[in-house]
Amino acid sequence: MVVPVRLSAAPKPLARPVLYSGFHPGAAMEQAKPSFPEASIPEHRHADALIEVLHQVQQQRGYLPAEALAQVARDLALPLSRVHGVATFYHLFALQPPTSHCCSVCLGTACFVKGAGVLVAALEQRLGLRFGARSPQRRDAEGSDGDAWSLREESCLGACAQAPVLRVDGQLVLGLPVSDPSRLAACFGALALPDRAAEAA
Amino acid sequence: MASMLRCCSASGCRSAGGEALQQALVEARSRAGAGDGAPVIKAVGCLRLCSRGPLVAVDGPAGSVLYGEVPSARAAELLEACAAPPRAAAARRALASHALDLRHPFFALQEPVVLETCGLIDPESIDDAMAHGAYSTLHRCQAELTPAQVREQVRLSGLRGRGGAGYPTGLKWDTVALQPPGPRWLVANADEGDPGAFMDRAVLEGDPHRLIEGMAIAAWAVGADQGLIYVRAEYPLAIARLRRALAEVQARGQLGSLRLRVRVGAGAYVCGEETALLASIQGRRGNPRPRPPYPAQLGLWGAPTLINNVETLAAIPAILRRGAADYAALGTAGSRGTKVFSLSGAVRHTGLVEVPMGTSLRTIVVTMGGGVPGGEGADGGVKAVQTGGPSGGCIPAALLDTPVDYEGLRALGSMMGSGGMVVIDQATGMLELARYFMRFSVAESCGKCVPCRAGTVQLLQLLDRFCDQRASPADLAQLHDLCAMVKATSLCGLGQCAPNPVLSTLRHFHQEVVSALAVAPGGAP
Ligand SMILES: Cc1cc2nc3c(=O)[nH]c(=O)nc-3n(C[C@H](O)[C@H](O)[C@H](O)COP(=O)(O)O)c2cc1C
Ligand code: SF4
Ligand code: FES
Ligand code: FES
Repeated sequence: MVVPVRLSAAPKPLARPVLYSGFHPGAAMEQAKPSFPEASIPEHRHADALIEVLHQVQQQRGYLPAEALAQVARDLALPLSRVHGVATFYHLFALQPPTSHCCSVCLGTACFVKGAGVLVAALEQRLGLRFGARSPQRRDAEGSDGDAWSLREESCLGACAQAPVLRVDGQLVLGLPVSDPSRLAACFGALALPDRAAEAA
Repeated sequence: MASMLRCCSASGCRSAGGEALQQALVEARSRAGAGDGAPVIKAVGCLRLCSRGPLVAVDGPAGSVLYGEVPSARAAELLEACAAPPRAAAARRALASHALDLRHPFFALQEPVVLETCGLIDPESIDDAMAHGAYSTLHRCQAELTPAQVREQVRLSGLRGRGGAGYPTGLKWDTVALQPPGPRWLVANADEGDPGAFMDRAVLEGDPHRLIEGMAIAAWAVGADQGLIYVRAEYPLAIARLRRALAEVQARGQLGSLRLRVRVGAGAYVCGEETALLASIQGRRGNPRPRPPYPAQLGLWGAPTLINNVETLAAIPAILRRGAADYAALGTAGSRGTKVFSLSGAVRHTGLVEVPMGTSLRTIVVTMGGGVPGGEGADGGVKAVQTGGPSGGCIPAALLDTPVDYEGLRALGSMMGSGGMVVIDQATGMLELARYFMRFSVAESCGKCVPCRAGTVQLLQLLDRFCDQRASPADLAQLHDLCAMVKATSLCGLGQCAPNPVLSTLRHFHQEVVSALAVAPGGAP
């Protein structure tokens, strides 16, 4: 006797908050996958795309939120410790949300010789921040942090010929006049850096 | 030849206003009515003297002139300077204060091999690159030579790896090629992490097709059909241009069955080390592993993998086109060919110089670089020259006549490294500089092995005592011992070389070290 077969609907995907979208391990793997026979490729191939996937997430979210790391671990079938281990190893992965403005000073050798130290001291004063620190986050109802700044170090940007080099919100600023405080202050002004020292006075 | 304005579009000049200037030139040309005779405006790679950016080279019937620091407002005059001699003369006179003398040693002593077409071609146009000969050497090799013959040429050229260690490139290629049959990988190391080095960036941004051609030749010579270019994330323009170049060349089918892709790093200096690089490509923390097995035997996904630096690979097309003997005629007995250096720090003319190996430090830093701004005397006010980055050391002014090659620098306790050359003036304390590099090593140590992870921290604390004038003679003895220990017992090059800046300071600037000792005997608090 023929048993009627009832086709069930396609399995419902697990409800899961969208932490990041457009994530394609496939696409990332397309970049990583060797074309030679599968036999020579280790079993966890998707794991190889981990750094690329983290780049994708950071591009979308601005940083790597804890929930997104957990989802990456699930998607790539990796232990969370492995994902966390990689995310914390590389300097460019951020585990905290970025401040809305960021000022970073190159601490490469050429910049060091050309007075990056003076530049850092001047910026610390101007922004009222210790090097490596960020202004306290006071997020308003919309989640905006107003004009919070952070002052960070950056590894050599390859613009050593025009040292010292500064980056303000992504824009490179070259050859800062560190030996002339008033011209330096004028530069900061032109870059619209807030003058916390003056505000406090 | 049509007249042409070559605008430097590398990231140095871009940030100095190069893009705006090029835009202004295009607008000025259309205002002037772009007829057939209107000059071509071309974006090109680094024109070498980056400190005077934005740079524009004017090629016209009245000859070629290079202009620096040109404000966008002078665009119309630059266009005029391309015209026929009588008209050009007035514009060229008006621009005279911006003209850079191409007969100056900074330009005249350059020997472009790797940078042959950097600054001539548009890095975003494969047609322009091919019009200047890109991929012709690849096709000639494939048509006329066997892979073994190509490897022989590379061996005979005497080319040594430009990534730092100076391993003979031909030998490395043979090792990969002669592994048991099976897949092979090729990796271009474009991680360029040494602070103060920007040679590889210039190749990636200014002439990506040369690197790709070099990779294609290498892949063919060792039997690899897959390749990756690992670029540091700090070079967005290089990444974009490389991706574009790869898409174009693959669309044209120039590479046959070879597949090349770009991988972007995530900011870890140690990933420049070859085994850490392999780990990073495979999605892991960039921890180096012991060698052997070398990547040439056991690399990506277990396959033999050829890893070469960008500059090494970019030299390949020129070597095979000119012939091994011709290339080997440049340089010294142990170090053949040319080397690109990035000259920066306390020096008048900063930028890229490509010179034959064996050129003296004095020639590069004083004759070409012009010494320290305002510096006097035969040494041009130079106190020392730092080579080799955090793995290298400082060479004092008294030894400026040292020929720059692998052995010469190593004999002085420094390193060729990747080619960063930072000039130090009297204002910089050598102990401060040594401490600076030790901080770098502490921050970049991957933490896998104890001598490097803990030893560099100890060294940094000792150096702090020296910089604060509270070190005792016992500290000095400990500094020596600790350097020797870290050097001898660290797992990878980062730890093994981390003491070098300290050791070279102890060796060449002993006086400065002694005078930093605390005044009171045993001065420790
Ligand atoms: C800590 C460390 C960092 C390195 N960084 C780089 C680098 O940024 N670029 C590079 O080409 N080689 C770098 N190297 C050297 C590589 O390990 C490897 O020797 C080189 O890429 C081989 O290419 P070559 O033979 O063409 O020089 C580094 C080595 C060490 C130990
Ligand atoms: S020497 Fe330093 S960088 Fe190299 S493996 Fe050991 S800890 Fe890591
Ligand atoms: S040292 Fe600052 S850009 Fe290279
Ligand atoms: S970046 Fe323009 S000359 Fe070097």
